[in-house]
Amino acid sequence: MRAALSRLRVVREPNLAMTARALEESAEGPRPLVPMAGGTDLFVYLNAGALPEQDYLDLWHLDELRGVIDTPGGVRIHALETFANLRRDPLVKRRYPALAEASSWVGARQIQNRATIAGNIANGSPAGDSLPVLLALDARIRLVRFSAPRDVGFDTFYTGYRTSVRHPSELIHSILLPWPLPGTRQYFRKVGTRLAQAISKVVIATTITVQKGRVTRARIALGSVAATVVRVPSAEDALLGEKLTPAAASEAARRLRESIHPIDDIRSTAAHRLRVAGRLVELAVADALR
Amino acid sequence: MKIRCRVNGVSREVETPPMVRLLDMLRETLRLTGTKEGCGEGECGACTVLLNGQPVNSCLVPACHAEGASIVTVEGLSKRGKLSPLQEAFLHGGAQCGICTPGMLMAAQALLQENGAPKEAVIREALAGNLCRCTGYVKIVEAVREAAKVTRAAAAAKKPARKKKAAGKEKAGGKQKPAMKKAARKKPATSRGKRARRA
Amino acid sequence: MVTRSPAVNRPRSIGRSVPKKDAAAKVTGAALYVDDLSPEGLLHGATVRSEIPAGRITRIEFDSAFDWSQVTIVDHRDIPGNNCIALIEYDQPALVENEIRHADEPILLLAHPDREKLQQALRAVKVHCEPLEAVLTMERSIACARLVHATDNVQKRFLIQRGDLEAGFARAHKIVEREYRVGHQEHLYIENNGVIARMEADGSLVVEGSLQCPYYVHKALMHLMGLPAEKVRVVQTVTGGGFGGKEEYPSMISAHAALLARKSGRPVKLIYDRMEDIAATTKRHPAIVRHRSGVTEEGELVAQDIDVIMDGGAYVTLSPVVLSRGILHAGGPYRCPNVRITGRAVATNTPPNGAFRGFGAPQTLFAAELHMDHLAESLGMDPLEIRRRNLYRLGDVTPTGQVLRESVSASECLEKAVKVSGYVKRRKALDAANRKALARPAGKGPRKVRGIGLSLVHHGAGFTGSGEVKLASIASLDLSPEGRPRALAASTEIGQGTVTIFSQMIGDALQVSHDLVEVAQPDTLRVPNSGPTVASRTCMVVGGLLSQAAADMRARLLEFDPRGWSDDRSFRKLALRHLKERGALRIDRQYQPPSGIEWNDDTYTGDAYGVFAWACNVIEVEVDLDTGDARPVEVVTANDVGKAIHPRLAEGQIEGGVSQALGWAILEELRWKDGRVWNQQLTNYIIPTSMDCPPMKVIVVENPYSGGPFGAKGVGELPMDGPAPAVVAAVRHATGQWMDEIPISPERLLEKLARLEEALT
Repeated sequence: MRAALSRLRVVREPNLAMTARALEESAEGPRPLVPMAGGTDLFVYLNAGALPEQDYLDLWHLDELRGVIDTPGGVRIHALETFANLRRDPLVKRRYPALAEASSWVGARQIQNRATIAGNIANGSPAGDSLPVLLALDARIRLVRFSAPRDVGFDTFYTGYRTSVRHPSELIHSILLPWPLPGTRQYFRKVGTRLAQAISKVVIATTITVQKGRVTRARIALGSVAATVVRVPSAEDALLGEKLTPAAASEAARRLRESIHPIDDIRSTAAHRLRVAGRLVELAVADALR
Repeated sequence: MKIRCRVNGVSREVETPPMVRLLDMLRETLRLTGTKEGCGEGECGACTVLLNGQPVNSCLVPACHAEGASIVTVEGLSKRGKLSPLQEAFLHGGAQCGICTPGMLMAAQALLQENGAPKEAVIREALAGNLCRCTGYVKIVEAVREAAKVTRAAAAAKKPARKKKAAGKEKAGGKQKPAMKKAARKKPATSRGKRARRA
Repeated sequence: MVTRSPAVNRPRSIGRSVPKKDAAAKVTGAALYVDDLSPEGLLHGATVRSEIPAGRITRIEFDSAFDWSQVTIVDHRDIPGNNCIALIEYDQPALVENEIRHADEPILLLAHPDREKLQQALRAVKVHCEPLEAVLTMERSIACARLVHATDNVQKRFLIQRGDLEAGFARAHKIVEREYRVGHQEHLYIENNGVIARMEADGSLVVEGSLQCPYYVHKALMHLMGLPAEKVRVVQTVTGGGFGGKEEYPSMISAHAALLARKSGRPVKLIYDRMEDIAATTKRHPAIVRHRSGVTEEGELVAQDIDVIMDGGAYVTLSPVVLSRGILHAGGPYRCPNVRITGRAVATNTPPNGAFRGFGAPQTLFAAELHMDHLAESLGMDPLEIRRRNLYRLGDVTPTGQVLRESVSASECLEKAVKVSGYVKRRKALDAANRKALARPAGKGPRKVRGIGLSLVHHGAGFTGSGEVKLASIASLDLSPEGRPRALAASTEIGQGTVTIFSQMIGDALQVSHDLVEVAQPDTLRVPNSGPTVASRTCMVVGGLLSQAAADMRARLLEFDPRGWSDDRSFRKLALRHLKERGALRIDRQYQPPSGIEWNDDTYTGDAYGVFAWACNVIEVEVDLDTGDARPVEVVTANDVGKAIHPRLAEGQIEGGVSQALGWAILEELRWKDGRVWNQQLTNYIIPTSMDCPPMKVIVVENPYSGGPFGAKGVGELPMDGPAPAVVAAVRHATGQWMDEIPISPERLLEKLARLEEALT
């Protein structure tokens, strides 16, 4: 049941400033504009007839929203960077291998050429492949509106299932990934419905920092186990101050299984997700040991 | 809205609503029915076309994003009635029912443009967004390998010929192609490098 | 001068992999599938379907705010003939009159010139129902939770008996009893079902579309529309995959398009989108198969008691025949003197299950092969050894009493696959490696184990029993106006290579090149009824008829001019002269059963098939112990097809069939919610991608059959039969776990493994 695509309106402004203004102005009116990037999620919904009729604000032509830039505070990835770019970007590959890895697991080539990092964030699916990585890397999201930009920690970005602190008048401008601390090992693993072109059953990203043999900082982030992507502080705490041992790993896994409450859905079962999530934490720790 | 783009090397002006799918613009407005629809959700890849040289699912692209773009569909693969090496290779089992073939060819074409000698694993990954239910992918992977081989052999055969004939028609034709290819391949890398340095 | 011998003249086409004839149009985008056609004045059609699995319609509400003036609306009262899809029985309505028997059952039809308006119209119809208790499982059907069909919910029963079961069990050293289950499978052709229908000025109906069996559609439309045969014309367009999914279902969608075309007076295109196709069309029958068998200490099979239950869905459709093939293969390719096989197809409130590559045999062979492994294990015998001791050899007798007189290759396929795969060595090597991997505790990195398993299967060639005799298929060969030999047959090209192999067979018989041969588009106005394109019969049966017709044509042309021809050019010259001087030349050949084949439909005894094809699959699987994912990493498959007319196409059939079977074994699971298919999309009904499919080594064995052209026995379905049990055997070898139900989802496998681990710790 396809939506009536020929009736849909698209607003396209020549630059970012005017785009932001159009968005902000519309947000107060009866028909707020919906930002559109590569369309890989949007058109799935439209093709299934799953969206109300709304007007779209095209971002795709805005080169101001493209680029991967290194800054003193870390790397800034602009909103429209596609996963095809991120998986082969030298800087991303070197400093954020987990993100490059995650990008290579998004859909397949055709999707990676069009799907953007901001689209993944804005769509807000708890199964979004890049999202646990952003959590584990302490990403900060820069939101802009015509009047003022603001930065939001990604760990506070989502407020519930597909809802976020982003106001309808705001655009995702870029993502800042702080420089990883020395001694940090990044890990990413997607357990999907098949080996490619898959949606995850469980997806994990971790960063584990070890100094002088002890864990000084740990981030364990998971997708597809809750209404949003989540970090699991209790499991992170289990590693802090510890040596990386199988015992520490299994303690982290145990705590993780206690603190997450996945559900049965069309792709997997709660029990399976719980089990796999625990194993993935152990694998992440084992990987950091290497 | 009026869309100006190049389709299979020909400049076109298309009148279409902006959010109609690129797939529909190609199939219905331009009557290029070689591009197929298998799922309408970006899973099967039957609608794959090259948009500015990159494979995309045309069922997920709004027509307005074709503005100013260059699009290649399966109809654009053969030149003057002569099948491309890739099309030729697919005559021997790579195409069974044929419904996935146009999309498969476009994804494979994109791969061969960036990698002239892809290994099996690379081919399988590049085609993972194109579902085929007939072949088990075996003959498809073989066809892509074969096309790469034929293309390499043709390029190798051209080289000494070019050296021999220092000037003449052949030179222009022979030289231009690889140069263009190189540029296409490098483009993303250089622009990405620049961006990184800019900061 | 008489004709020169073709063998001297040119290499024969048979056995050579010439370019696939239909492929050129497919690689350029020139091939026109049904959705690529847009006749003048076209309307688009859509179907209003039930949202519940069982109930009664109380009221149909049309939103008065919607402009209905341009919408053609059809309900059951618009059917001029009988409201049924004529097949084996006449129980399935084209449109529901009152009682809804399954979810997504068609109730109303709509047509509109604009597709978007049509979608809005669909949303503006509301069907009000009074729900009835839905019978959704085979268990509930057997328990007669509510009667869905006749007096006991059984659509069809069969019984096969041979020998003395009690005496057999008395001889047994071990008796093993187990239950096996297989789930639905969606065909997932990449081109959805679709047709275009139009009424001609003379009142005749034309339907063209994506379909396997033009004459099935033809018959159904005659009954539905109350039209004589000559007023119904069915044309096959280029078809994007079938696998059985376009065997009987196209009769339904054609019926709907025809009704809309009749009422509107305009051509109507009815194309399903993927969600509708998955939700509403046929699937492979789920089955429960119970085995109780006895073996002697030496591993000799002495008794098999097998019960097969298949879920037929809400209407009978083809379930009796699917069940028939299922039970005829239920014993596996093994001799056993004492056998009882019972079979039931039961009705449920789910969409009717139908034809799907293998047609009941993959389900029962899955059980038979796994059971063989269980028997071997009970004796501490290798799965290979127990097969060697029991497999069919020449002269053995099947449960129906059929003596295997020729072309028996169970042993050859088994030994070849075992040798090429290095099964014996590999199994030992993996044993040692797995012990190490399993000893490694969790938390020390990824844990993966590998296993190798094998299966041996047979597949009856062509229709069962007297099927071919009843069909009395005709295929014809004539001369086209251009002087080319032209095949006229209802057999459809659905990707498998019909057009190419027909050309090869006719070309060789006429001593011309396969390129010269034309194969007419299947069109009931122009081609005779050569039966459906099913049961791997196209090459063996219809190809055989065409080969004979070609031999006849050759004789007729030589009679016309004894000087004959030496190449394509001289053939055409002679043919054109014949057309000019003597007029048209057309040879019709009708099927004649091979002598000595006897079958009794009442007692289910005799020669169930003229011959069997054989296959052995050896599959290595890697299991990720952390996620439960089982991944096939290598396949070696040996298949005896009698004769590979076109070796690459035969390989293509085998590779495609194997991957479809791997999908069924591991990935593909139909999920249900409130009696409706829940996973209606390609993002949640998971078929293998190029990354999920392993490399394959295909061994084509050619043990010719005297009743097939050049010895061919058919290849379409055989590769679907064996991979699933081989995968399960490999998983058992890797993990020690028996997965008696497929798909082996990671969820199920990890659950089993985790329970085991928890029990150990």
